[in-house]
Amino acid sequence: MNWSLLWAQLFNGLTLGALLVLVAMGLTIIFGALGVINFAHGAFYMVGAYAGYVAYAATHSFVLAVIAGAAALLLVGIVIERGLIRYYYRRPHEDQILATFGLGIILVEAVRAWFGGISQRLPVPTWGTGAVNLGFLYYPTYRIEVLGIVAVTLVVLYLVLYRTRLGLIVRAGIEDQLMVNVLGINVNRTFLVVFGLGSMAAGFAGVINAPIVTVVPDMGELVLVQSFVVIVIGGVGSFWGALIGGLIAGEIISLTAIVQPAYSEVMLFAAMAIVLILRPQGLFGVQGRQ
Amino acid sequence: MSRESRKGLNRRSLLKSAAAVGAFPLVNISRSWAAEETIGNYPAGVKGDSVFVGVIVPLTGAYSAEGADHLKGFQLAFEHLNNGGGLVSKIPTLSGKGVLGKKIVYKWADNQTKPGPAVQAATAFITNDKAMMISGCSSSATAIALEKVAQRYRVINMVGGSGANETTGKDCQRYAFRSQPSAYMAAKALAPAIGKELGKNRKAVYLVPDYAYGHSVFDSTSKFTEQQLGWKTVGQQLCPVGTADYSSFLLNIANSGADVFVNVAFGADSVASTKQAKQFGVLDKMKMIVPNLSAFQGKEVGAEIMQGVYGTLDFWWTQAETIPEAKIFVDAFEAKYKYKPRWLAHIAYTQMLVWADAVERAKTFNPVSVIKALEAEHKLKMPLGEVYYRACDHQQVRAVPVVVGKKPSEMRNPEDVYKIVGLTPGPDVVPPCDSTGCKLPSY
Repeated sequence: MNWSLLWAQLFNGLTLGALLVLVAMGLTIIFGALGVINFAHGAFYMVGAYAGYVAYAATHSFVLAVIAGAAALLLVGIVIERGLIRYYYRRPHEDQILATFGLGIILVEAVRAWFGGISQRLPVPTWGTGAVNLGFLYYPTYRIEVLGIVAVTLVVLYLVLYRTRLGLIVRAGIEDQLMVNVLGINVNRTFLVVFGLGSMAAGFAGVINAPIVTVVPDMGELVLVQSFVVIVIGGVGSFWGALIGGLIAGEIISLTAIVQPAYSEVMLFAAMAIVLILRPQGLFGVQGRQ
Repeated sequence: MSRESRKGLNRRSLLKSAAAVGAFPLVNISRSWAAEETIGNYPAGVKGDSVFVGVIVPLTGAYSAEGADHLKGFQLAFEHLNNGGGLVSKIPTLSGKGVLGKKIVYKWADNQTKPGPAVQAATAFITNDKAMMISGCSSSATAIALEKVAQRYRVINMVGGSGANETTGKDCQRYAFRSQPSAYMAAKALAPAIGKELGKNRKAVYLVPDYAYGHSVFDSTSKFTEQQLGWKTVGQQLCPVGTADYSSFLLNIANSGADVFVNVAFGADSVASTKQAKQFGVLDKMKMIVPNLSAFQGKEVGAEIMQGVYGTLDFWWTQAETIPEAKIFVDAFEAKYKYKPRWLAHIAYTQMLVWADAVERAKTFNPVSVIKALEAEHKLKMPLGEVYYRACDHQQVRAVPVVVGKKPSEMRNPEDVYKIVGLTPGPDVVPPCDSTGCKLPSY
């Protein structure tokens, strides 16, 4: 056993997991609060990355690129909630899947028609270039910074969800939507805000990930799959579930790679299957929730 | 979740195409009443004043950039075959007024970089449009599936982009012809060049996409570097196609003790893996070689990273500076599409001309006669010099360009990414006929 490789992969699992948490968070918030399975989440992530790329090309500022990606997706989320999603709240999950899946295809192909299939470059910001020697590991600076960015984002999200009135309504909606309605709370507006925030989280994740992965129209496809695995492991709709699920998924991918890299993704699905058998509601999910 | 639902959709479309496949033999039987001999769509497909060609390319999925370039090569070829111009005017058999006096009509379909949709599209072109020839692809998984379709329906398939050895090896077909160098040919051409640059007794580690193409490139490249250069293969990281984050693979690679990193990932994957290898410091510690460079890899990754990287390509546009045929092709392409053609456009363009020449020499669209005309190993002057198809496995014998990434300061324009260090003659690199595992089925 090569101990330095083990430590390296454990650490890498942490940063890989942090990125997964970031992209899964928007998905779990939307599903938890609205009961909508958003299959366009991967496409939102991709549009965010492209918005960031366009902003970067115009301004050469990474911070502005991140703001542009998040803002663009907040807008996209609001438009799509008003124009499409709100008609699907009371319809079966199959309809929601078909509508959002179709929406995802439209977004991906629209971006491909505009930008082409060639990958675009959004470079690592100047404060993130190079690599750091951690003693046991030589690791890209930007990925370590991403750990910090994700931590700050999660704290902000936590405060919004657990320390504000909006968060209270959202969490109440996750527990019992009908009761929230009965209490006379304007859920329509809350739903709009939640969908917008969830979309914004996807766009934000897209720009943060863009310097690491390639910016191509299909970049969201894999992200969508992995996000679902993360929230199924963690428990659909749960903040802590997405966090722990993401970190577990990151470690599974990294640690499997030591033994048999070709199986990393397979092991992720195996873990999901085991969770579904032993604890169908996920690690942090609540049993019997609608 | 999404994976399951996609599988569901695919299964349904597969069932549909299976139904279409099942229905077809009946049509064939009824047609055999005709007095003329019926082979595939011949003669039904040549009754009018035009003939149909079906083009199947990836316009979505991981290889979509390659597919778009591929399609432009086809469009330019058909334009020249129908209306004259380009290399058509240099080939004595071709008139520039169609093929055997018939206009080429074509349609194209998106294969999504997947074999399922490719087979469905090809089947529709053959059964509904009476295609006399099909072509396209960009991924070996797709190419091998389309070769089987061609053989089954007895319609000629000028295989597009495909680098796996199996395409003209154990999966070869009588009705299929491949022009791209196989992984074997690319590796054999590359070995002397990297031996000269990097020396002997190196230790190499591989990043390998986990399908036919990746395995072929790994097998051939490790074989030639071990045999000819005395290199040691110290590791192989298999990764799924479409991987976004290569960090865990790259940590293993960094930890492997190798001093050469052989990157086999293709298309969008080649860009992500190279970029991340740079971020992880792998490229500072090791020399990278890319046995088969993706069409836009140099431009997408950037010269800062690609400088000094050795690899092979089916074709590189600076051949126009030394070979007149290459200049004619590159100039015509650039005039129409405003960029330098990549090698998938080259494959499409030249294969259409080679096919048209074979039809003209056969004086009929009868596929058996056309196959025999191609198997006659008639040499044609193309942008790579003289080319022909081998009768034994239908692999094109053609030169293999070996290139190295230029320094940013050496580049004359943003497209000037590679310097050609050698054009290895085809006969020197093709595998011996008896070693390919190819047993061509009957006509």
